[in-house]
Amino acid sequence: MQPESSKFSSTVVRLLKSTGGPYAALAVLLLLCCLSNEHFRNVQNLINITRQVSYSGIIALGMTFVIAGAGIDLSVGSLLALSGALSIMSMNAFPGSETAAVALAALVAVAVGALGGTANGLLVSLGKIPPFIATLGTMVIFRSLTLYFADSGLVSTENEAFRSFGGAAFARIPLPVWIMLILTVLLSIFLKRMRLGRHICAVGSNERVARYSGIRTGAVKYATYLIAGTTAGISALLFGSRLNAVSSTSAGLSYELDAIAAVIIGGSSMNGGKASVWGTLAGALILGIVSNVLDMWGISVTLQGTVKGLVIIIAVMIQRKTAA
Amino acid sequence: MPTEPLLELDSIVKSFGGTAVLSGVSLTVGSGEILGLVGENGAGKSTLVKCLLGIHRPDSGTIRFLGQTLRPGEKEIAGIPQEFNLVNDLTVAENIFLGREPVRFGLLDRKAMNEGARVQLARLGVELDPARRIASLGVAEKQMVEIAKALSVKCRLLIMDEPTTVLNQNEAAILFRIMRELRAAGTSVIFISHRLEEIRAVCDRVAVLRDGVLVSCDPAAELSAHEIARRMVGRELTRMFPPKEMPDSEAVLSVEHLSSGREVRDVSFTLGKGITGLAGLAGAGRTELAEAVCAIRRSRGTIRLNGVPLRLKNPSEAIVRGIVYLSEDRQGSGILTEFPVDANTTLSSLARYCRAGFIRGEEVLRTTESYIEKFRIRTPSPTAQLKFLSGGNQQKVALAKCLDTRPKVFIFDEPTRGVDIGARSDIYTFIRELAQNGVACLLISSDLEEVIGMCEKVFVMRAGRLAGCLEREHVTEEEIMYLATGVQ
Repeated sequence: MQPESSKFSSTVVRLLKSTGGPYAALAVLLLLCCLSNEHFRNVQNLINITRQVSYSGIIALGMTFVIAGAGIDLSVGSLLALSGALSIMSMNAFPGSETAAVALAALVAVAVGALGGTANGLLVSLGKIPPFIATLGTMVIFRSLTLYFADSGLVSTENEAFRSFGGAAFARIPLPVWIMLILTVLLSIFLKRMRLGRHICAVGSNERVARYSGIRTGAVKYATYLIAGTTAGISALLFGSRLNAVSSTSAGLSYELDAIAAVIIGGSSMNGGKASVWGTLAGALILGIVSNVLDMWGISVTLQGTVKGLVIIIAVMIQRKTAA
Repeated sequence: MPTEPLLELDSIVKSFGGTAVLSGVSLTVGSGEILGLVGENGAGKSTLVKCLLGIHRPDSGTIRFLGQTLRPGEKEIAGIPQEFNLVNDLTVAENIFLGREPVRFGLLDRKAMNEGARVQLARLGVELDPARRIASLGVAEKQMVEIAKALSVKCRLLIMDEPTTVLNQNEAAILFRIMRELRAAGTSVIFISHRLEEIRAVCDRVAVLRDGVLVSCDPAAELSAHEIARRMVGRELTRMFPPKEMPDSEAVLSVEHLSSGREVRDVSFTLGKGITGLAGLAGAGRTELAEAVCAIRRSRGTIRLNGVPLRLKNPSEAIVRGIVYLSEDRQGSGILTEFPVDANTTLSSLARYCRAGFIRGEEVLRTTESYIEKFRIRTPSPTAQLKFLSGGNQQKVALAKCLDTRPKVFIFDEPTRGVDIGARSDIYTFIRELAQNGVACLLISSDLEEVIGMCEKVFVMRAGRLAGCLEREHVTEEEIMYLATGVQ
């Protein structure tokens, strides 16, 4: 038996080994940005970055599972818009107290997210449709339904309890950031320490081997989309309550790409089998810091996409180098 | 016969992650020589080959080829890899000419390509439509395509890493004839095989590797198979097969009128405690039968376990009920090479190591360590990725994975394919022990010596049907072949 202390340190070493790259990059980036710009190193700015990151970051945590299982989910951005819109609409229609209405909104957002994830999961596992195609289809469907329900406009609410929920902060850290951190801890334990997490990576690594080994690959793949959909629902609730409104046209737009980018920058393999939830968190933060510091430097918003794209490409190139 | 050296290796050292795989190997190959390279799994054969092919770079030591230091990607050296290196979605001809396709008016000259492929295959005595896709071929056919591909390039040195493991005797004989032709034309061949008799028959000299060291390199004519085996293992090998026994007549597994597609047609048999063999030619439907029993493929018919009819929907249920299948395709469906050893050994039985869904890591590690000891698995650590292990050690991990499900019925599909004699006797002993402990074992094998050595009762399949059952003194090479081929 190992003594507790060395067990702890070996866990730390393992964590660093598996996610060290993204966190080293994050540290260097943070240092450079802090040195180069005084507005950047303002504490409130740093907090704002984490808040901005949190909405797509939470989705990226769920996306990590889909990618670990060698799948992809393009629908999460649209699903955020759909669950956000439906949750606010149900809240507005609710006759009870404001607080109860917020509870209902939370329930609806998460439920719609889970349902959307279920649809994706069933299409991929039972329908045997390639994930890219299946979720491309649902991406369009979810967006179209949102536009239909919202009459192509804004769904908003006057519920004050909802606004204070979305604006809540503890120890100066906004609620969505707390939720992102808590989810990171929980989902990382789920992926690394639980049976289903192991099975997801096994299916992603080699589905045939997993099937021959008695793993119910369909159910496992279904679970990954359920997780991604649910995180989209959670994100939708926080997103909607922040602005007290959801725009049917622009809410969650290209969040799926941000989420995928965060997962990849975080060191997970696009081919599945190898994934890190903590890495994804670092990936999301890196993306957030890059766009924030570009703002600070006064670089045109239209060029930010170019830089983001370069970050993704360089991150993967570095991973290739270190893997070889 | 060896003349001036074509290839000179001087003190080659190569290690992976602190484990020395080659520790100072010096060797020469003359031009127009067939050199046999033998050794147990993990002795360093494949690593040595990869150094020659430029896939690995030695840590130290020099390789001289044609009197000059070897450059990576030397065109005069061609290799037939141990694992297939074919593009599944392309045709036979496209694979043979991959990277040097004949072109006419800037377009692919499909006609010339197919014709060239046909000629190459005909030389090997294979009748195979060059327009067929690789994915539709069986393993023996794929191997022939791989050989044809290597032979279609003119080279001075051809390296063949276990090309005969999936070939039958006729196919192997053709390959040996071609090797001798190549030798006559001045091409040297390095030939790796676990079948010592064929090494003796075809090679001029035999180099024996053990634990990364060259033990000896002597003319084949001076060596007996027994002597080669002794040098490989470093100890005296006594009996290869443990004593065999007739399996119980009481059925553990009974299969009635099982059919699956065109591959398995109305097969009925029973399996008692002990070892039962299943023989047949490639394509007779043995693997498909096993997969049908384990619900890996759909089937019609009745399967009973201890008299209780099973309605298995997927392989997961088969494993839960106690039927486990060791796949013939280790890398494709047996193990996860990117995963560590301990995750592989417990992959099928993970539920047992979990409390409320959480994996108990120490339990997994402890079990894995006991398997590493029991099967003498050579690995840097229980948490090393499987891709760092040699083929034979990977196979032992695959066995451990199946065994850990605590099966009542254990189906072995080619359990010793590509496995050296040392590991082989380990596996035989293991199957024997399992049978004595009351597990019903079905041994599928193309190696007749193995089937005869292990089984007192053998089923033979032909074209998807059960052609017959042989017992005791009738379990002979001749009788099995009669049933397998349908010739009387």
